[in-house]
Amino acid sequence: MSTERRAFLGGALALASASILAGCDKIAMNPGVNKVLGSVQGLNRRLQRLFWAPHTMAREYRKQDISAWFKPNGAVAPDSPQAYEYSPEYHTLAANGFKDWRLVVDGLVDHPLSLSLDDLRAMAARTQITRHDCVEGWSCIGQWSGVQLARVLSAAKLKSNAKYVVFHCADVWDKDADGKPTQRYYESLGLDDAVHPQTILAYDMNGQPLPVPHGAPLRLRVERQLGYKHAKYLMRIEAVESFAHIGQGGGGYWEDNGYEWYAGI
Amino acid sequence: MSEAVEPPPHTVLVKRHALATRITHWINVIAFLLMLFSGLAIFNAHPALYWGQKTDFDHPWLAMTATPKPDGKLSGHLQLGKTSIPTTGLLGASAGADGKPEARGFPRWLTLPGYKSLADGRRWHFFFAWLLVLNGLAYLIFGVLNRHLKRDFTVTRADIESIPHEIVTHAQLKFPKGEEARHYNVLQKLAYLSVIFVAFPILILAGLTLSPQLDATFHLPDIFFGRQSARSIHFIAAWTIVAFLFVHLFMVVASGTWNNIRSMITGKYAIETEGDGDEH
Repeated sequence: MSTERRAFLGGALALASASILAGCDKIAMNPGVNKVLGSVQGLNRRLQRLFWAPHTMAREYRKQDISAWFKPNGAVAPDSPQAYEYSPEYHTLAANGFKDWRLVVDGLVDHPLSLSLDDLRAMAARTQITRHDCVEGWSCIGQWSGVQLARVLSAAKLKSNAKYVVFHCADVWDKDADGKPTQRYYESLGLDDAVHPQTILAYDMNGQPLPVPHGAPLRLRVERQLGYKHAKYLMRIEAVESFAHIGQGGGGYWEDNGYEWYAGI
Repeated sequence: MSEAVEPPPHTVLVKRHALATRITHWINVIAFLLMLFSGLAIFNAHPALYWGQKTDFDHPWLAMTATPKPDGKLSGHLQLGKTSIPTTGLLGASAGADGKPEARGFPRWLTLPGYKSLADGRRWHFFFAWLLVLNGLAYLIFGVLNRHLKRDFTVTRADIESIPHEIVTHAQLKFPKGEEARHYNVLQKLAYLSVIFVAFPILILAGLTLSPQLDATFHLPDIFFGRQSARSIHFIAAWTIVAFLFVHLFMVVASGTWNNIRSMITGKYAIETEGDGDEH
């Protein structure tokens, strides 16, 4: 009886593990399962933000901590016709040293803005040496200089129904069959992160004008969140009440592809 | 006494595990395995580990790499420091969802999901992290309330003195019988204590350190000498628990598979008594 029982247990275990392996991916791809798994996202964000000081500052490092090589990730060459992310408009702006580039600030604001790089450089600057944590797992330390987003938003004066700011970028991520861009990179922040003192629109990296692989001429730095929130190649900042109508409604390119909107984990 | 249904007269069934211990044990099995497999899927997004605060891409202490061979196939390697171990089919390069070899750290039968998706792996990981932690806390609270922790894990002077003897008898796969089998022996106590109070807390804390928001709030990387070190320690702690799991399973089998499994399901554990078993 003991031998039979053992044989039965062994058989059951083998069957169970085979069906688990075969069934795993089916379960993992099920939208309902993903909805349940994703349901803790809001809980995680609220816990991290409400109970543990929403205004904490990300650690800032010393000059000697700066990474010898800072890995550029995602789109790195929207100025290059060979790159998938190629944008002819961006190519033209880059060829002219971004003299004709303007940052548009619009949407739910009282005073829409159109700012040149010189306009931004004339505003009070903040410099910070921070650690950039990629969702893939690696970290690099770099120095960033730019304008606090809070200053730009107060100059534009947000309307009272504005709840989020959406960052529209130049780099192309999806195209139709004819090669026409259907989706460029975008990101969004709630106002709590948007007005955080370390949230800056950076034009300098390690004391030099931002290089193209890192988002020239202007990128977002939103310390305390993972790398994909730090949108590069900024073209336009739009204040909105909801981002449900933008892209696929997730609040960002990677969010539309399954990543968390709150990237504090 | 009917011999067909009752245990032979020289064994008695004693109550070994409380209901709370049994339930939290099996929830932990599910939560830990799902955390392990989804963790390996996350690791696969950048299958290399470093020491320090930031990544020195040229000097991982561990990396899984895929390099094309002259015939176009991929060869997988595990790099440990300067040592390179060929691991094609297992680490670095193995069959993808379509059956063709692809560059991936751990093979698809060890990752959740099996297909390449960092986003989906993260969703599984951050969901079952709650189950793992809440279940662990429930275990500790019940363990204090029903005195399981104090009664079963207190290491006595006699325990310490019996360590050499226990090592010898364990190596011979001879296990306590009779009255001695009613209690955890000292090696069991030390193994369980180090998993519950050292390995799991380090694993969880090192995992939380990978959150940039929690770093800002608690300066967690300072505990682990940097975020990349924390990622390495998170990985090592997970595999340490896997190593414990294999030893644990081996001991379960070596000291009586069915008796051990029954004790963790119904709570009853059979021990052999000396004499002819009048005790029950």
